[in-house]
Amino acid sequence: MPHHPAPLTVADPPGRPVTTPGGTAQEPETGRRRWRAASLRQAHRREASTAWAFVSPAVLIILGLSVLPVVWSLLLSFQANDLVTPSRWVGLDNYRALAADPHFSQAIRNTLLYTALFVPLSLVGGLALALALNRRIRLVGAYRTLIFVPFVVSATAQGVLFSFILDPEFGVANSMLSRMGLSAQGFLTDPGQALAVLVAITLWSGTGFCVVVYLAALQDVPQSLIEAARLDGAGRRHVLRHVTLPALAPVTVFLVLWQTIQSLQVFDLVYVTTKGGPLGSTTVIVYFIWEQAFKSFTAGYGAAAAYVLAVALGLVGVVARIVRGRTHTEGAVR
Amino acid sequence: MTLTAPRAGTTHPATADEPRPGSARRRIRLPFNAWHLLLAPLALVFALPLVWLLLSSVMSDAEINRFPPALWPSGIDLGGYRYVLGNALFPRWFLNSLIVSAVAVAANLLFGSLGGYAFARMRFAGSKVLLVLMLATMAVPFQLTMIPTFLVMKRLGLIDTLGALIVPSLVTPFAVFLLRQFFLSLPRELEEAAWMDGCSRLRVLFTIVLPLSRPALSTVAVLTFLTTWNDLTWPLIAINHDTQYTLQLGLTTFQGQHHTRWSAVMAGNVLTVLPVLLAFLGAQKSFIRSLTSTGLKG
Repeated sequence: MPHHPAPLTVADPPGRPVTTPGGTAQEPETGRRRWRAASLRQAHRREASTAWAFVSPAVLIILGLSVLPVVWSLLLSFQANDLVTPSRWVGLDNYRALAADPHFSQAIRNTLLYTALFVPLSLVGGLALALALNRRIRLVGAYRTLIFVPFVVSATAQGVLFSFILDPEFGVANSMLSRMGLSAQGFLTDPGQALAVLVAITLWSGTGFCVVVYLAALQDVPQSLIEAARLDGAGRRHVLRHVTLPALAPVTVFLVLWQTIQSLQVFDLVYVTTKGGPLGSTTVIVYFIWEQAFKSFTAGYGAAAAYVLAVALGLVGVVARIVRGRTHTEGAVR
Repeated sequence: MTLTAPRAGTTHPATADEPRPGSARRRIRLPFNAWHLLLAPLALVFALPLVWLLLSSVMSDAEINRFPPALWPSGIDLGGYRYVLGNALFPRWFLNSLIVSAVAVAANLLFGSLGGYAFARMRFAGSKVLLVLMLATMAVPFQLTMIPTFLVMKRLGLIDTLGALIVPSLVTPFAVFLLRQFFLSLPRELEEAAWMDGCSRLRVLFTIVLPLSRPALSTVAVLTFLTTWNDLTWPLIAINHDTQYTLQLGLTTFQGQHHTRWSAVMAGNVLTVLPVLLAFLGAQKSFIRSLTSTGLKG
């Protein structure tokens, strides 16, 4: 399930008191009133137990497999654990070891590089495509569909497909390059290229999401604003710069947050295509965590790395929230 | 095959059909809109890998292993599909994925509705705390919970069974919250009338509220299906035995074992992608609405 990064308000109006047949109108006889109060209390109690029955499956699963694991992970990160034998308390050793582990710092560098490439490119590309697609011409629906369709393709299928296309010896990509008189590339087998190739694959599948979100936001740009600007003699470039783009600011903040979270958590594609190689050039943080916990069976160490990632993600969320607050108060349209 | 078309007047009517600024001076009249010159090749670039996927899945082994590879199959060779479907495990993986996704969708709809309704309309002690807690868990990344979740599943004896895949996806805070928000937006009066007539809460939910909530229910169904069908990380952790693989997990191992039989691997890949692709093309509008509504209403 997609985790929702957007801060959601809990400050919704609380449910009105439950209306019970008859209400609480003034009753002349005290006996009857007492009887009524008792039945009301009973109704409330019945209501509460029904409500608990309704929420219990959700509460059980979410508390058991989310809240409990968050605490458990924290405890694990202070332990040496191999997923089988009882664990041993080691204090901060896991975190100290992480700080000194060159593989972990490489994983962080790779992940940050991946994020720094993917997020701006997917946003700029998505915005450009959305602006180009935001017109009523024939076939535009088909164009949108084709650009978005890769988004629903699983990372596994993408990985398998592109391992085939980009196979250095038999792949169609290199045969195209040689047909054009260019030299063959190593792609995913070249330590200098592999990460960039992964970014390119994710851009193919992930840009469509930005396009769709931007297209939806473009529908909400008030038409009256654009018309007013044009009546005042603003050219198309001016309308874009001073009306459309400012109106898209809040959505852009959301997309930066969303795409950053997605790319800091990239794993499936790496697992399917490169398994972190060649020479560790595509080992990203989640791959590192998975490797430590489920391949080397150093689960405590993996949990510590996961906590580092979670804190980083939390910081991203906080920063986005501050920026978001600012774009809202600056009188953006949304 | 169209995405949600924009309402009329998205672009300025007068500007929509003008040629691009660069060519404004000479005004060559193209028989079609100039934007097609940009958009058609771009759309093609996005479509090309999937076209290649389909084409290579119907190539013969000789064609696919040739160098340079054939760009167009000489005929439709279903050898790859026959190999994949004849493989004892592949249909099993397909079934496993189908079971896990179907149960996840059904359970999210049921438990999400029940929980969402209670949070939207009923008063009970602890509801506020629970709701906040549930919202907070939405921000918890899966990587943080996966190791303990593995240990929990192991303790329950579910590792290496489909149960390990099903239990964690039975209900998500996302489903509960999305449905709660939708229920809050419905008018109370309908429910109150039925409530006065002595209908139980459950009956009100199923006969009055849910039939009105089709958009929200379809959002939950679509996103749950997409994420469970496409997931690789959790099956990779929870499943070791190949009879319990899901399609995604099976496909990666299949590729590892049969990388000389690319047409079979690509046929398997087509079968992996097809269900989500069909679901998407069939319900494109609600699909796009689901994504944008969850994205924008934050």
